[in-house]
Amino acid sequence: MNRSTIDLWVGVFVVAGVGALLFLALKVGNLATFSNAETYQVYAKFNNIGGLKVRAPIKSAGVVVGRVADIRFDNESYEALVAMNLDAGYQFPRDTTAKILTSGILGEQYVGLEAGGDGVMLKSGDRLRLTQSAVVLENLISQFLFNKAAENKEPAAEPKK
Amino acid sequence: MRLEWDKLAEDARGRLERLGGNVTALVWRLGYASRFLAYLVMHSGTALKRFRLTMAEIYFAGVLSLIIILVSGLFVGMVLALQGYETLQRFGASESLGVLVALSLVRELGPVVAGLLFASRAGSAITAEIGLMKATEQLSAMEMMAVDPIARVVAPRFWGGVISMPLLAALFSAMGIFGGYLVGVQLIGVDPGAFWSQMQAAVDLRNDILNGVIKSLVFGVAVTWIAVFEGYDAVPTAEGVSRATTRTVVTSSLAILALDFVLTALMFTGGNNG
Repeated sequence: MNRSTIDLWVGVFVVAGVGALLFLALKVGNLATFSNAETYQVYAKFNNIGGLKVRAPIKSAGVVVGRVADIRFDNESYEALVAMNLDAGYQFPRDTTAKILTSGILGEQYVGLEAGGDGVMLKSGDRLRLTQSAVVLENLISQFLFNKAAENKEPAAEPKK
Repeated sequence: MRLEWDKLAEDARGRLERLGGNVTALVWRLGYASRFLAYLVMHSGTALKRFRLTMAEIYFAGVLSLIIILVSGLFVGMVLALQGYETLQRFGASESLGVLVALSLVRELGPVVAGLLFASRAGSAITAEIGLMKATEQLSAMEMMAVDPIARVVAPRFWGGVISMPLLAALFSAMGIFGGYLVGVQLIGVDPGAFWSQMQAAVDLRNDILNGVIKSLVFGVAVTWIAVFEGYDAVPTAEGVSRATTRTVVTSSLAILALDFVLTALMFTGGNNG
């Protein structure tokens, strides 16, 4: 095998290898979605974020409009402070509500935004006032059990009167 | 009686001495190998300037390994899809098949299995070649002609392996995902949209793909370093070369698995659940 044939094959090999990397990056990974689009950052405080993680999606009407940038604990209000990067292409009114929702029953948690009716739009650094915490399954179950117990007590008390 | 005790003590001392000797020899070899690597990197000027030399080694280590890498990747991906589907459909999560196949390949199996194949396909050949050059005194002949054999023979092989390994691992992963797609979507009938979109949503560019590339690069350096060192350090006889070749495969396989644990612990425990 002479030199030029080797060069050709090495070229083919390198191109195929780089192509495979590109395939992994573009087709398998999520490079395209929000890596270099312009964003603006808003904040929201939640009583409980449940299992929310950094880089979790932020959806409005089911469409991904941003990602969670940072999650921190606020020492003064004892709440979770969540920083969110929203795509600059999407504008929301100032009285938008942020909820922590779960995709499916056991799926990943994400932030859902529900637009309000205010004429003024959110800008970078603003804080969302209206928030709703994650549903903690244990609390839900204990609430349900308490309700059940209360229901059972009343009819039993009736005939005594 | 007394004589027997003396004999036992002598025996135990001999064993201890041998153990100490072995440990010292191991540490000595490690130090020598590190000095060898440092010298090799510092004298890589020739290999990088006359890139033709390295190119021939990329052909030898990379291009000729393509068949085994691609076929293994394809089959590993196909098996992953079959096995994964069996388990996932029990939980009604067969749409996550793409995530399972892609994450296991990109994070673990791609770099590790490609590394193991690379060690046995290319690493052993590098050791045998350099060892045989040493046994037939080609390396000494080069020194006679004032040609540094490390710069002329060892460095191109080292860089050829280091460049080839990440590319091979990427090809392995891509081929495996294609195999998983073949079995999962074409054969079993998982929804193709869910297969790709769930995969894209779950695989992160920096956390998963870049870390996989870093892993394969580290494995490439480790395997080729071990291969060229074993070859250069081989006892210049037929038996010595065969032993060195065996040692290359064993040591580099162990090195890959051990490094994989360390790298995984570094990469995926701290960053991913923040």
